[in-house]
Amino acid sequence: MSSTTAGRATRVRGYSLRHEIWKNRASYMLMAPYFILFFMFTVVPVLMSIYLSFTYFNMLEAPRLIGWTNYVKLILEDDIFTISLRNTLLFAVITGPISYMLCLLFAWIINEFKPKVRALLTLVFYAPSICGNAYMVWNLILTGDRYGYLNGILLKLDLINNPILWMQTEKYVMPVLIIVQLWLSLGTGFLAFIAGLQTIDKGMYEAAAIDGVKNRWQELWYVTLPAMRPQLLFGAVMQITQSFAVADISIWLAGNPSVNYSGATIVTHLLDYGSTRLDMGYASAIATILFLLMVGTNQLVQRLLRRVGE
Amino acid sequence: MAKLDPNATVKVSMRKVADNRPEKIKKLERKMKRKSGEKKLNRSVAGNTLLFLLMGICGVFMVLPLVMIVNNALKPLDEIYQFPPRIFVRNPSLTNFSDLFVLMNESWVPFSRYVLNTIIITLGGMVGHVVVASLAAYPLAKNKFPGKKLLFSMVVLSLMFSWTVTQIPQYLIISWLGINNTYLALVLPAWSFGMGLYLMKQFMEQLPDSLMESARLQGANEWIIFWKIVMPNVRPAWLTLAIFQFQQMWGNTGGMFLRSEELKPLQYALQQITSGGVSRAGAGAAVTFIIAAIPIAFFLICQSSILETMTTSGMKD
Repeated sequence: MSSTTAGRATRVRGYSLRHEIWKNRASYMLMAPYFILFFMFTVVPVLMSIYLSFTYFNMLEAPRLIGWTNYVKLILEDDIFTISLRNTLLFAVITGPISYMLCLLFAWIINEFKPKVRALLTLVFYAPSICGNAYMVWNLILTGDRYGYLNGILLKLDLINNPILWMQTEKYVMPVLIIVQLWLSLGTGFLAFIAGLQTIDKGMYEAAAIDGVKNRWQELWYVTLPAMRPQLLFGAVMQITQSFAVADISIWLAGNPSVNYSGATIVTHLLDYGSTRLDMGYASAIATILFLLMVGTNQLVQRLLRRVGE
Repeated sequence: MAKLDPNATVKVSMRKVADNRPEKIKKLERKMKRKSGEKKLNRSVAGNTLLFLLMGICGVFMVLPLVMIVNNALKPLDEIYQFPPRIFVRNPSLTNFSDLFVLMNESWVPFSRYVLNTIIITLGGMVGHVVVASLAAYPLAKNKFPGKKLLFSMVVLSLMFSWTVTQIPQYLIISWLGINNTYLALVLPAWSFGMGLYLMKQFMEQLPDSLMESARLQGANEWIIFWKIVMPNVRPAWLTLAIFQFQQMWGNTGGMFLRSEELKPLQYALQQITSGGVSRAGAGAAVTFIIAAIPIAFFLICQSSILETMTTSGMKD
């Protein structure tokens, strides 16, 4: 008796699901081109990489399944991974929130200007991100001999007696990389915020002024931020993907491997195995762990952002 | 948005009917009328000064690479290797650019071919992505259907997977499709980047449902709603996405997907020129300038045409 009821329920549910899909066929049609390509070029490669993380794969022979070996080695035996994990978390905890706030702050200030001026100011702040490898500028500033800009200034001011080898001295590597990363912060999230601020209805500010909002800070918290919540969520995800994946600046400025691995991050470690040692299985295991780390952080951050404007 | 807006507008319109409001509100309204237009409400002079000062100091640091790129491009060779290095050029000249054009003419594949390749790849990857991602973002933002949550969270999660390790599987798939060593090998994957869909979906979510409803009542189908109502109202979003995608495609050197010399983009050809070492440092500075200048020009065009959408279309929830 109960089984037939259950059977009928599934049949009904099956029917209504098919009905729902048919009813929304227009939506599926609109999404089809994107998602067919997305599955082909993103979902399948990601799944293949996760599979590879359980194999030994040197890109010459066929991958050979080895179970959890890569992960066990990574967590228990790989000292450099421990260092790079620590550095990555340091990057994420420091540069993540600060960069995010900077993006928001500058987008909000720039929004006060007229469109043409705004475009120019946006360019000024977005400049480090648009110039491709603009961080090369820092190579000139940080050159280790007395001709580097920074050493030159410090010598002239008599603050140091000998030029400092900035990127070859362990204790300076991380602070310098963090500063450069902060300098690069106004990227994707920043432009998204600029665009988001343009879509806020001006009538809301007038209404808020009548309702007793007194200054710009209250206006920001009670009107602007809640109105751009979708952009805030987007910015947070982009910030996470950026702060956890720091690699280029470390490789360009400190080298890979850097002095005593002082500038190693999870992604430099991954690149070391993926492109230098050609151990794609191990590299994929690193990528999977990084992925889980980002997903976890994202859950946490999204929960925090729900409280904006309360 | 929904929380504040409707109540507020209702309150205002009710007050307009019966004008026995307190004097304070009347004064505020007069002040607002006077200030309406470009001026904003709730701004203090001290706050303005503080914020703009902060902007000025930070702005100098941020714009540094641009200043250096421009100055280096104008420096004659002896100034490029001057010690100690200076930021600003003393005897600006265009010799770097003329050197570059001489080198361009020596190239085996005519240079115009590289330019054409870049135009096809950049525009194809950009326009295609903006259209395809926006088309998919609209139902995800505004319609309810089975699988919606799953599809969307897959896109967001994909942003967090390191592309370094997915490159090899991607290469296998592109070879399997038989589009290796064609423009499609760069353009088609670009259409399906995850960030664009996420960005568009977040902006479309803010559009009031009533907008789509009224169009539906007048007999518009989803396709027409998308082009006539959704896209014009999220103009800042797709202009921003175009900037991102332009930058992404412009910086592409073809990598392992384009092997034929006559299919390679400009970026690759220019990098070949600069790899000539010390004697080409001058031309190299000119190359760096050109590589940065084109996306900047595109950026400025897009940014200055991001106008305030909601106020111009005058819609309310």
